[in-house]
Amino acid sequence: MLSSNGQYQGAIDCDIHPRVPTPRMLARYMDDHWRDTVEVRGIETWDSISYPPNAPLTSRPDWRAAGADAEPARLAEATLDRFGFAHAVCNSLFAVQFFRDHNLAAAFARALNDWLAAEWLDRDSRLKGSVVLPMQSVERSVEEIERRAADHRFVQVLMLAMGEHPLGRSMYWPIFAAAERHGFTVGIHAGSSYHHALTGSGWPTYYLEDYAAQSSGFQAQLASLICEGVFVKFPKLKVVLIESGVTWLPPSLWRLSKFWRGVRLEVPWLDRSPEEFARDHIRLTFQPFDAPPSAAHIGRIMDQLKSDEMLLFATDFPHWQFDDDEVLPACLSPALARKILIDNPLAAYPRLGRPA
Amino acid sequence: MMLDAPLAPELETDADQRLKREAQSRLKIIDGDVHPAARSIDDIKAFLPQRWREHLEIYGSRRKLGMSYEPYPKSAPRACRRDAWPDDGGNPGSDLDLIRSQYLDAYGIEYGILGPLGLSGHSELNQEFSAALTAAANDWQKELFAKPEPRLKAAIVVPTENTPAAVAEIERCADDPVYAQVFMLTRTTEPLGNRRYWPIYAAAERHGLPVGLHVFGSGGHAYTGTGWPSYYVEESAGHATSCQTAVTSLVIEGTFERFPRLKVVMIEGGFGWLPALSWRLDKLFERMRSEVPHLKKKPSEYIRQHIWVTTQPMEEPQDRKHLFDVMEWIGWDRLLFASDYPHWDFDDPFRAFPAGLSQEHHRQILAANGRTVYRLA
Repeated sequence: MLSSNGQYQGAIDCDIHPRVPTPRMLARYMDDHWRDTVEVRGIETWDSISYPPNAPLTSRPDWRAAGADAEPARLAEATLDRFGFAHAVCNSLFAVQFFRDHNLAAAFARALNDWLAAEWLDRDSRLKGSVVLPMQSVERSVEEIERRAADHRFVQVLMLAMGEHPLGRSMYWPIFAAAERHGFTVGIHAGSSYHHALTGSGWPTYYLEDYAAQSSGFQAQLASLICEGVFVKFPKLKVVLIESGVTWLPPSLWRLSKFWRGVRLEVPWLDRSPEEFARDHIRLTFQPFDAPPSAAHIGRIMDQLKSDEMLLFATDFPHWQFDDDEVLPACLSPALARKILIDNPLAAYPRLGRPA
Repeated sequence: MMLDAPLAPELETDADQRLKREAQSRLKIIDGDVHPAARSIDDIKAFLPQRWREHLEIYGSRRKLGMSYEPYPKSAPRACRRDAWPDDGGNPGSDLDLIRSQYLDAYGIEYGILGPLGLSGHSELNQEFSAALTAAANDWQKELFAKPEPRLKAAIVVPTENTPAAVAEIERCADDPVYAQVFMLTRTTEPLGNRRYWPIYAAAERHGLPVGLHVFGSGGHAYTGTGWPSYYVEESAGHATSCQTAVTSLVIEGTFERFPRLKVVMIEGGFGWLPALSWRLDKLFERMRSEVPHLKKKPSEYIRQHIWVTTQPMEEPQDRKHLFDVMEWIGWDRLLFASDYPHWDFDDPFRAFPAGLSQEHHRQILAANGRTVYRLA
């Protein structure tokens, strides 16, 4: 089935999720030692509470019924063919980040990325990949980036909104250096390793609160990346905040910029305001779009962003963020829609434009 | 939105400004965040029973931080304005004469609502000591500030993590009109809507007292879900996220369904974040309604009805219209002026708001809304 009006023809979907594989499925991509480890130690499940499989948010009802995230052909039918997308970036959500043992993390990250290449990227050339990093070890993460660098189907390196430490810390800079060297975009996806309480005030009770709290995690990462000077050190780096909502960003930047003006002696390497760093280096995927469905509100929010280059088209497939074909609100101007659908993703992902 | 004052700042002489300030003073400002300080630790000790005075002397203050002060050195000594130190010694906020001349009289403050930080028992590990210290902080505020200076209203500080003692402390103080609010900090051991805190809200509601939730505190967790930031600038900007956690938890746990007359004032976290949070929660509520069947209304409706926000530290977008956008979305009747006197990021009631704010809205924020929330005559 084709979409009725072709409004998404040629678009680049910057966030889709192949169904999370089981540890045994990944073990097939491991060497003998790690395959044995999965068996001998009984690593049968390794599921995060971030996306309860039957929760309404986790899969749109029609996509759930069709098993649309199970394999590339069904994905293509549900979205790529239907909407006419040129590309879709696959973000694997297997919980590599949960391991306390960095060796296990590195083994699973490598297997996960091999699995994605073999079972998804090999089967549909429109699909692109993110390299999931074992962030428990900076050294192993850099190794994984180097391992994938020659495969240009991988366009991004991927980490979670909440891990061990704020991501701007200089301990992580070798990862950013490797990403910048190879033209990888840095993707930060909603989710937590849950190695800390989800909030600075402990663990919320409900799943709804957990998902809502992701934007707080992103606010912390945004402040960390900017204040630590990551973008001073790596001026070509682009960071995409994925599945994080949009409307929290302007007020968060107003506040950060105000405090920077007040206490900038603490971070003297920042040669301009946090708002300016954000507009140059930070991008956000469009879904889950969190403004009220009124043209007046959306117009004000677009004005507050003060940039038409920050938003990247994304369905967040198969998560249930919108119904029918309403990925973008109808009130966006055709020029802005075109930037969100195609131009901004191409600019944010330099590896997309290179031959595989 | 109507802007019934010119957008360009007017050029004024000092004399003009003084006249204007005197005129505006008649607005009678109500300030939702004023910080009293002890001249020395002896001020607090005087209100502690002998047993806990000795405990303090021998073991000191022990919080879920591993230190008795704050882990991020401030941008100024005690985070205070450099002109707020009394000439004869003592801390900013400890000298009533200076508070009067520099702040209450200078700005025409009708009421300043106190919010004790520092050694006031919020986050003490020893639960009995926490209760004793909060009681001392409440008596200290009353005797040294609110009784001698009726423009200052005290806050009932409670030992947040010791719910029975917190309720007892509210019961002990609530009938005394010097107290205008129940006062807690936002970084707690559980998110603030958790049922363990509900007896505190029940007591506040019973006595018609608003609950002020002020940023800071130490509940035993890293300050963010991704660990500890490096810098004070991150911590400062990040207070807005602890406010988001508190509001989310209060709403989603059904606190306002259970306590329909409860009023909550978010203090010193700014306010720009509130509309985005409301929209996010509404969207998630639509999806995951089955998880929270105890909620009878959309999250944004509970927020609109039960949450007030103080304005300091005022967000400062480059385009001031953006500030008016969020004020409009929050509701002009839900914004309360706060100065944060004597801290370094003090907001001046006449200069902190951008030009273009209508006089009607300015008046609402400076006084009318506070009068309603704090039930001031």
